[in-house]
Amino acid sequence: MGLAWLEKLDRRWLFLIVGLLVLGPLVRPIGVPLGSSKPVRQFHDAIAALPSHSIVLMSCDYDPGGKPEMVPPTRTAFRQLMEKHCRVVITCLWTGGSGLVDETIEQTANELRAKGMDIVYGRDYVDLGYKAGYEAVMVLMGKGIANAFPQDQRANRTSSLPLMHEVKDYSSFVLLVNISAGYPGTKEWVQQVNARFHLPMISACTAVSAPEYYPYLQSGQLRGLLGGMAGAAEYEKLRGEKGSATRGMDAQSLAHVFVALCIVMGNVVQWTKRRTAP
Amino acid sequence: MKRELPLLMTAVIGLLMLLSFFVPHHVVSVPADFLQQCAVIVVAFGYVLGGANALRVNLEGIAKRQPDWPYKLVLVVTLVFTVAVGLKEGRHWQDDHSTSMFLYNRVYSPMQGTMFALLAFYIASAAFRAFRVRTVEAGLLAAAALIVMLGRVPVGDQMTMWLPEPLRLGAVQDWIMNVPQNAAKRAVLMGAALGVMATGLRVILGIERSYLGGGD
Repeated sequence: MGLAWLEKLDRRWLFLIVGLLVLGPLVRPIGVPLGSSKPVRQFHDAIAALPSHSIVLMSCDYDPGGKPEMVPPTRTAFRQLMEKHCRVVITCLWTGGSGLVDETIEQTANELRAKGMDIVYGRDYVDLGYKAGYEAVMVLMGKGIANAFPQDQRANRTSSLPLMHEVKDYSSFVLLVNISAGYPGTKEWVQQVNARFHLPMISACTAVSAPEYYPYLQSGQLRGLLGGMAGAAEYEKLRGEKGSATRGMDAQSLAHVFVALCIVMGNVVQWTKRRTAP
Repeated sequence: MKRELPLLMTAVIGLLMLLSFFVPHHVVSVPADFLQQCAVIVVAFGYVLGGANALRVNLEGIAKRQPDWPYKLVLVVTLVFTVAVGLKEGRHWQDDHSTSMFLYNRVYSPMQGTMFALLAFYIASAAFRAFRVRTVEAGLLAAAALIVMLGRVPVGDQMTMWLPEPLRLGAVQDWIMNVPQNAAKRAVLMGAALGVMATGLRVILGIERSYLGGGD
């Protein structure tokens, strides 16, 4: 009989195993030990090196589809920036993302307020919300941030917010933190803003798009890179946090092992079939 | 004139936008800024046009009772409902108990999450059934995929703890990402950039005219 039965295996068994492998560790975490790779340490260090009270641009370019990979680095980066007493201007270039970004930032700000930090909207951080136009918005922001975003996410006049009195264009920022799930995202910020306005930049991106940004990391255009949930989990570890990325790593680890096993088994079945064929 | 005027406009605007990179004088920068603002407005109108087109195509499908017309009906009803709710709530769409936020948090967000979560299941199935190693190149691809897939998660290093550090999956994965992957990616990026430049020049010079329609 050998492995012939595997060839006819109903794919619903595979679905069931994947489901169990993902659900199991989420219910009962295994606690796979995490390391910290160089791009993640660079990301962390880029924020750690910022002077207090400096102004940072944080562009959160994702929508709910990228929530598990994108929300954890948004939270952790925002926490680190607030603890460094930096001031943050947030933007979103994804149509469906501004609601999620605003909710994530506000929840994180509330957590920090509950811990006794004095964080005020408009003074310490501003959410400028969504603007249609992709790269055109990035270039337009170079001519004036208020020019591109006359109102914030909460419909306040941008010019009425105290933080925005100090923000003119890209020269007002010391760093761009881009949380990117695709287009428009890190690649476009590097090409349109980092290359043109020389604004230093770090990025947290989805695992699938990370390979695309490695050339920018190697050239120094990106000063740090968090790739997917693994990068976010390593960043949480560096910050001494146990967030949703850390919790998700067990499930992702097991799922990766299973997919690798599927590739190997699928090929073993085929080789066996070819050998035994008359 | 029907073709010459758009060609002339493209050439003039293309050259002006190129010039604005190098000439900061207001004679160039002011019209360039204006055109960039126009681009933002045009993109915003694109959404309106896209919505109207989706409505037209799907209403037609419903009227003709195409095989999947019930899905089209769901799309049209939800599209119209969401737009109506947004218009009604206006500036208050982000209030705590607004219908817009309910739709965003309880319908749009979970549905999009579900779509992406389903990928995990189909990837496992595809890995088992479709990822066949039949040539040396496919073998190299499969080996690299396995190493990167396992090396990117902490369990990969745990599995190869018994090996010297440079041979562990995490380290090998780092090498693959930093050396062969980066070299290939850089070549693709440079090729694409040269292609974009060539196409841009062809459009500005009026050699590339396919954007005008008409097939020439």
